[in-house]
Amino acid sequence: MGSFEYLKITGLSYGFAYHTFVIEGVNLTIPKGRFVSIVGPSGSGKTTLLKLLCGIYEPWSGDIEYICNDCDSIFYYPSVGYVPQIETIDWNFPVSVQEVIAMGSWNYKSYLPWIDKKLKNQIKDVLKMLGLSGYEKRHIRALSGGEQQRVFLGRALIRNPDVLILDEPTTGLDYVSREKIFDILKTLNNSGITIILSTHDITHIANRSPWVICFNKYVIAEGSPQHVLKEDNLLKTYGLADYRIK
Amino acid sequence: MIEFLLPFQYDFFIKGILVSVLLGGICGLAGVYIILRGLSYVGHGLSHAAFGGAIVGNIAGMNYYVGAIIWSYLASFVIYEISKRNKIKPDAAIGLVTTAIFAFGVLLVSMTNRYTRNFESLLFGNILAITEQDLYIIVSVTILSGAFFFLLHKRLVFSFFDNESAKISGIKTSYIELLFSFVLATIIIVSMSSIGVTLLASVIVGPAISARMLSNNFSNVVFLSIVIGCVASFSGMYASFFLDSSSGPTIVMFITLAFGITAIYALIKKIFHTHSHGGISHSHPHIHTDEHRHEHTPR
Repeated sequence: MGSFEYLKITGLSYGFAYHTFVIEGVNLTIPKGRFVSIVGPSGSGKTTLLKLLCGIYEPWSGDIEYICNDCDSIFYYPSVGYVPQIETIDWNFPVSVQEVIAMGSWNYKSYLPWIDKKLKNQIKDVLKMLGLSGYEKRHIRALSGGEQQRVFLGRALIRNPDVLILDEPTTGLDYVSREKIFDILKTLNNSGITIILSTHDITHIANRSPWVICFNKYVIAEGSPQHVLKEDNLLKTYGLADYRIK
Repeated sequence: MIEFLLPFQYDFFIKGILVSVLLGGICGLAGVYIILRGLSYVGHGLSHAAFGGAIVGNIAGMNYYVGAIIWSYLASFVIYEISKRNKIKPDAAIGLVTTAIFAFGVLLVSMTNRYTRNFESLLFGNILAITEQDLYIIVSVTILSGAFFFLLHKRLVFSFFDNESAKISGIKTSYIELLFSFVLATIIIVSMSSIGVTLLASVIVGPAISARMLSNNFSNVVFLSIVIGCVASFSGMYASFFLDSSSGPTIVMFITLAFGITAIYALIKKIFHTHSHGGISHSHPHIHTDEHRHEHTPR
């Protein structure tokens, strides 16, 4: 079985209402190990693009191909970890931190309703890496926003993903929590995981993200923050005449 | 014989106790998944659909179980398909589809003048009229449904908690949810003749919401819901003998009582819960202002 090499998106289009495109004609190549931040205003199609990459939506047209370097099968699909917007989570659901993280491996493996010892140890390691040791039994509601975000990151990591996709992982977090999230993502990226995230937080990614994509229905510009976060690109992306990068 | 053991000398009562405890337990178990899926109204709705199906089946000369199964599975499928398309929420779909099927059954009764005592027992339940065949069916459905929830617990919880992420993890959420609604319909059909269409919603939802108030841990909620369902059903059935009352409504009263007790307990626990500040762990009445802070009530 081969390993993930790069992601190739060709002519990708998708929409919700008939003849109304949310994203249109997206062409992108994301090589293994890249740390990509997608910026754009609300309603620009960032979340839709990420959900297409995860396979939640079927494209109207175009292709999403995960290419591996020495694969036998054309049906290769890498292990993808997905971190949703935490605003969509039902915080009253009676699950502990340990159970939420364990969900990442609840697919075909076991039909027994409990978490086995091996998985418990893996969860312990993930929590330690996320700075949440000892949080296993806590209810998810009893955590701060930053901690909750890290728990969902932990759920994606328990799958040992090749590609990690995060939908606005820093929204609603304070500066310190955002820094912590980016520190963790940087460490994961250094270990070879490809990271694709969406965000509104331009200031933070200008400092922390090595590769930025300005996105509004289609790719407006991509490259390093120094080259991409310029007035004309931001104007095209956000449509604000008076927008300036401070 | 000692007076409190008096009811147990009757076979019909022992059978009734067995059926009520089995149904209380399995409805309590299913109820947890139902409330967490946000389908509290489904028990009420599907029981009405099954009633309509039972009447149609009866008029067509079939066993009432066959008619009830066909119609309630059809209702489950239609509700699932409508609510999958997002524009209409499941409660609205349940309200429309199940009431329409119920109305169709009532319409047929009124047109054919075939209203019988059997239909009345379906509406209000008659646990004491349970036959040997009913008992075997209830035992089988309890075992099979219990196995379903045991084996698919992880997939159900993940699908209900975060459907999109569950899909990405490789869980066939659509099949899981459809299967869940068929299992639910089956539980409702076998409960209908014992507890009654009009009373069933309470037996399904009551133990689950009572248990939910006592714990934030899923396994504990499931365990408590089953225990509350079994104990309340046993108590209701047992009390109905001495009160000379209908067993179904008495069971519902005990479930409501259990809910009242757990609600008061949860409130007291919330006010007096142990917390620490100033390095000392202690407990006294206080008001929560949000998830993480509280203000002390004036002494």
